[in-house]
Amino acid sequence: MDYYLSVATFAALNVTLALGLNLITGFCGQVSLGHAAFYGLGAYAAALCSTAGLPFPASVLVGVLVAGGVGAIVGFLALRVREDFLAIVTMAVGFVFLGVVRKQRWLGAEMGIANIPSTLSPLAYGVLSVGAAVGVALLSLHIRRSWMGRAFDAVAQDEDVARSIGINVARYKVIAFFLGTAAAGLAGAIYAHLAQLVVPDAFNFVQSITILAMAVVGGLGSTLGVALGAIALTLMPELFRFVNDYKLLVYGALLVGVMRFSPRGLAGLVQRFSGRALP
Amino acid sequence: MTILACTALTRAFGGVHAVSGVRLTVERGELVGLIGPNGAGKTTLLRLLAGVLVPDSGSVTYDGLDVTRMPLHRRAQLGRVMTHQIVRPFRGMTIAENVTVAAGSHTTRHPWRALRTVNSAKARDRARTLLARFGIADAADKPATAVPLGYLKRMQLARALALDPQLLMLDEPLAGLNAVEATQLADQISALHASGLTVVLVEHNLHEVTRISSRLAVMHNGALLADGPPDEVMARRDVRDAYLGTGRSRAAADA
Repeated sequence: MDYYLSVATFAALNVTLALGLNLITGFCGQVSLGHAAFYGLGAYAAALCSTAGLPFPASVLVGVLVAGGVGAIVGFLALRVREDFLAIVTMAVGFVFLGVVRKQRWLGAEMGIANIPSTLSPLAYGVLSVGAAVGVALLSLHIRRSWMGRAFDAVAQDEDVARSIGINVARYKVIAFFLGTAAAGLAGAIYAHLAQLVVPDAFNFVQSITILAMAVVGGLGSTLGVALGAIALTLMPELFRFVNDYKLLVYGALLVGVMRFSPRGLAGLVQRFSGRALP
Repeated sequence: MTILACTALTRAFGGVHAVSGVRLTVERGELVGLIGPNGAGKTTLLRLLAGVLVPDSGSVTYDGLDVTRMPLHRRAQLGRVMTHQIVRPFRGMTIAENVTVAAGSHTTRHPWRALRTVNSAKARDRARTLLARFGIADAADKPATAVPLGYLKRMQLARALALDPQLLMLDEPLAGLNAVEATQLADQISALHASGLTVVLVEHNLHEVTRISSRLAVMHNGALLADGPPDEVMARRDVRDAYLGTGRSRAAADA
């Protein structure tokens, strides 16, 4: 029972992470290869707050705001770069985060932060994680239907034309980065309390690629597709031992395979067979 | 009332002075045709006026307001809208959606309002009306990648009009159209002008541009060569020389 609960909790956290990335990359068209850094920012910020004695909800809120705030700043600073260059900049953000965290004694350096106070039961963490995933999914579905979704779509498709029809491209990009990284911070803050331990390696480049693989396999732009992708890629290493041993290899192959055969991922497959687009 | 003015506008690309020291004013309700031979700097001037390019020196004002460094989206919000020679539709949208997203620009202007607003019926209706006005309602639900150039050109004009502009800056709207399509679109631009819209038009189709313009401005080698009523401007010797090179006869020009 505990095992299934733990898998479900991590699946929900991964859904939250992947949906956050989907807001940035799927909706607004801005590539990010450093999503794990914001997951880490949320985790570290919340861990620091809780070990300093702040109540759990306040720590989670700080984690969300720190990740979202830094995400908005990164989004702002990255306004001048597009596509491949943006990918490199966001990848660098991930490495800078790891590089800094690993050297800071007050963040526990390589050992990370341990003994984070945990106030909830495993079941409560499971419910909270699922709640977070559902919340981000509902927000995503709403954004997609709203005019914000249309503006994101315009920015994703052609920034210059978006500008020419009066859309403040910079502002929408920063908003997308804020929302997406805040979602990662939320997942990070919950994760820190659940694991009661944060170490730098949990937020490395492999983690960023894993989140990207979830979103791409699910189908960038489709909320339900990305959620499915995140669940599928969480279960895969659990079901097949070798996937866990060769994670990067398998996820890399999956990314290439999806790009080649179904660029719109699981959502694209669903549409092909049912004739209806997955929201 | 001057809606658009520029003074001493200059822009160089490397060593080439594409536009140098141009001074131009456009009054409300005019349809100004901006013509000149290839490489004269017409498109560069239009892009400077619209804010797609920033000038090296000189200034641009809208209704007396200095907008030289105002970003493009703010200008569009002020109702100064430019269309491009090469149409760039949102490729993942249908023709109707391309116009709808522009028709909702007063909503997307404020992200918070955009987030709270789901209803798009009004913008969609407006888009349909505009598509019908330009005779492309039959392609409304087709993907933007699946319609001919003539449709895209008209879609682009509909998308610009969806922004409720006061000033339209059109870069070769007739380029790539056949004679019938060009005449139809020129008539539609003329009708927009007749309804009170101010239009600045860069165009190579001299026949159509002289027919519909209320004023012609001729550019040559990055500078303004002539500016005035179409008949007078076209009768000028230096204008003809600029187009045809010196020493050609009037007969050659007519041919």
